[in-house]
Amino acid sequence: MAWQWFHRLGSPRWFYQKTSGWLPWLAAASVLLLLVGTVWGLGFAPQDAKQGNSYRIIYIHVPAAFLALAGYYIMAFSGAIGLIWKMKLSYAVMRAAAPIGAVLTFIALFTGSLWGKPTWGTYWVWDARITSMLILLFLYVGVIALSRAFAREQVADKACALLALVGTVNIPIIYKSVDWWFTLHQPATIKLTESSSIDPSMFYPLLVMIIGFYCFYAWTLLVHTRNLILQREWRTQWAQQVLRGEPLGDAG
Amino acid sequence: MASVDSIAVRDPAEPCHRAGPGFMALLRVELLLALRRRADIANPLLFFVTVLALLPLGVGPEPELLARMAPGMIWVMALLATLLSQESLFRSDFEDGSLEQLTLSPQPLYFAVLAKVTVHWLVTGLPLALLSPLLAMMLNLPAAGYPSLLLSLLLGTACLSLIGAVGAALTVSLRRAGLLLALIVMPLYVPVLIFGTGAVQAALDGYAYSVQLAVLAALLAAAAALAPLAAAGAIRISLDS
Amino acid sequence: MPVKANSPACLQVRDLSCERDGRRLFAGLSFELNSGGALQVEGANGTGKTTLLRTLIGSAGDAEGNIYWNGAALPAALPQLRESLLYIGHQAGIRRGLTPLENLVWYGAGEEDALRALEQVDLFGFEGSLCQHLSAGQNRRVALARLYLSNTPPLWILDEPLAALDVAGVSSLQGQMACHLSRGGCILFTSHQPVALAQLQRVNLSDYAVAADAFMEEGAYGLG
Repeated sequence: MAWQWFHRLGSPRWFYQKTSGWLPWLAAASVLLLLVGTVWGLGFAPQDAKQGNSYRIIYIHVPAAFLALAGYYIMAFSGAIGLIWKMKLSYAVMRAAAPIGAVLTFIALFTGSLWGKPTWGTYWVWDARITSMLILLFLYVGVIALSRAFAREQVADKACALLALVGTVNIPIIYKSVDWWFTLHQPATIKLTESSSIDPSMFYPLLVMIIGFYCFYAWTLLVHTRNLILQREWRTQWAQQVLRGEPLGDAG
Repeated sequence: MASVDSIAVRDPAEPCHRAGPGFMALLRVELLLALRRRADIANPLLFFVTVLALLPLGVGPEPELLARMAPGMIWVMALLATLLSQESLFRSDFEDGSLEQLTLSPQPLYFAVLAKVTVHWLVTGLPLALLSPLLAMMLNLPAAGYPSLLLSLLLGTACLSLIGAVGAALTVSLRRAGLLLALIVMPLYVPVLIFGTGAVQAALDGYAYSVQLAVLAALLAAAAALAPLAAAGAIRISLDS
Repeated sequence: MPVKANSPACLQVRDLSCERDGRRLFAGLSFELNSGGALQVEGANGTGKTTLLRTLIGSAGDAEGNIYWNGAALPAALPQLRESLLYIGHQAGIRRGLTPLENLVWYGAGEEDALRALEQVDLFGFEGSLCQHLSAGQNRRVALARLYLSNTPPLWILDEPLAALDVAGVSSLQGQMACHLSRGGCILFTSHQPVALAQLQRVNLSDYAVAADAFMEEGAYGLG
């Protein structure tokens, strides 16, 4: 029984039909949560005793950094499913996740460097987290560059899935070694995020923003995946129907 | 031993004696091939030496500055030299079809990859490491750093060869793979670089550097177990293009 | 070593369809290849001859249908099939940095055996020069020399074995193929030109082609 569900999920048509109903809900939830979180975080949360108002960039920086890393795992996980069960749908998810994750990583880096200016007086510091984030960006860029290099999409899918998996194995090692390297060279400066000591009045809007970012991520990923599916399945009857704007019958 | 008359088809029901070449046979052939391409062996070494000789021309000849930069520069250049030589790791075998034949062999592809990487290390990483004290001397590195530099490069370049093999296998079917290979492999090199230079730095500061070497050895063990597997998978993917 | 009369060397293909880049190359292909039998795969360029061969040896992914080797289904039986396989692909698998002799020894031949095989493909005297110094046709013949070794595996799968051979080479190879069949082996090969073999089946992949503009049903998707 469970396997039948799994099998169905592998069918791009089934996925395309089922998810079309989710899109408006996800879009509404992400707009609402992001709006509430932004107004709350920027307008109503208290000032930080040490950093003043500049700390408020965490409402963008932290959720983006969270999702940048989670996005890599999502990408690698879908790639692994594709490699193991030869499920074409999960390759589409993987390919869609790569640019979204890269943009989120870039946002995290960009906001991090903006934050650096008032905190350290310079836009770029080789802080452990920022450096790890930069390497994560390189990992994403590698996957995207590899995916564009192949003439055949099928080969690109498998190659990217493998590279993403290799990256996944390496990420914890990279993060740990960068941490070690940082403590070696610059012991005990201000860390960017100390979420353990954050005050609840600052934390709740952050939580709203994180959930909002997750919804937004899911929405973007779905839209992108659906577009990729149509691009790849245009030879099939159902995709032709969709492209002509005709309603689809029951996928069964 | 075999006259024309005795040619016979092997009975498929018989147990198979076409076991494919063993690891030592693989190693021997790879080494033979590497030694027949002597120019290819010298190039990474020459690159290593030439670029490091350019460094004082770029930053000035002050001994203190050079000594401070030496461990990092030597390590980064060793990394680049390994990377540049790795693009051709599987290329000729891919083009002449012998890589495909290897995938059809009953022997796991793991050993074929491991043999290739071992030979790659023997002809690039090992000479690079052996050459490093000379360059360290030219860059004014204090003598206390020599043993750690040599040892960390010995372990580290083996890691680099293994990790790079995955990238080389992924890009073997692409025509101009050099920069792409660098792009996908460089981030994976980060831990090796950090602990390699860390070992030298610790030695220069007068601390023990056995921890860093132990971490490098652990990275090497993990890479030796996993990287040939990943590279074997990548070869099968590349062959389907 | 003589082959038993009821040797089980047998390749069965049932309702096979191959796909490349989301397009069906051919569909509904079935055939059976038994000991002593040969099959010539024909078809215009792009009909999937090489894809079929690479599917049979388990190197190409997107295929549907059943393939059996000695009664056991692929992909589970792939190791057994590969143990009894001699495959010469479009790229011949000859290392350019080795000599013809070293190449054949690499493929598991004894030295005398290899020398004799090289003589039969008219490469006597070239056994010690590096393959990168030989011509393309000569390299092709080094690969074909594998067919002249003693103790070849029973299943030969050959991609365009007759290409780039002169008249004498073609007739010699046909003789060797007939010899292999008479000993109970089986051969599957692609070729554009007619081949004179006694027990030859022929399959033209153009007959199984799927019209390029026909939209596909969804069947090809999901779990492979």
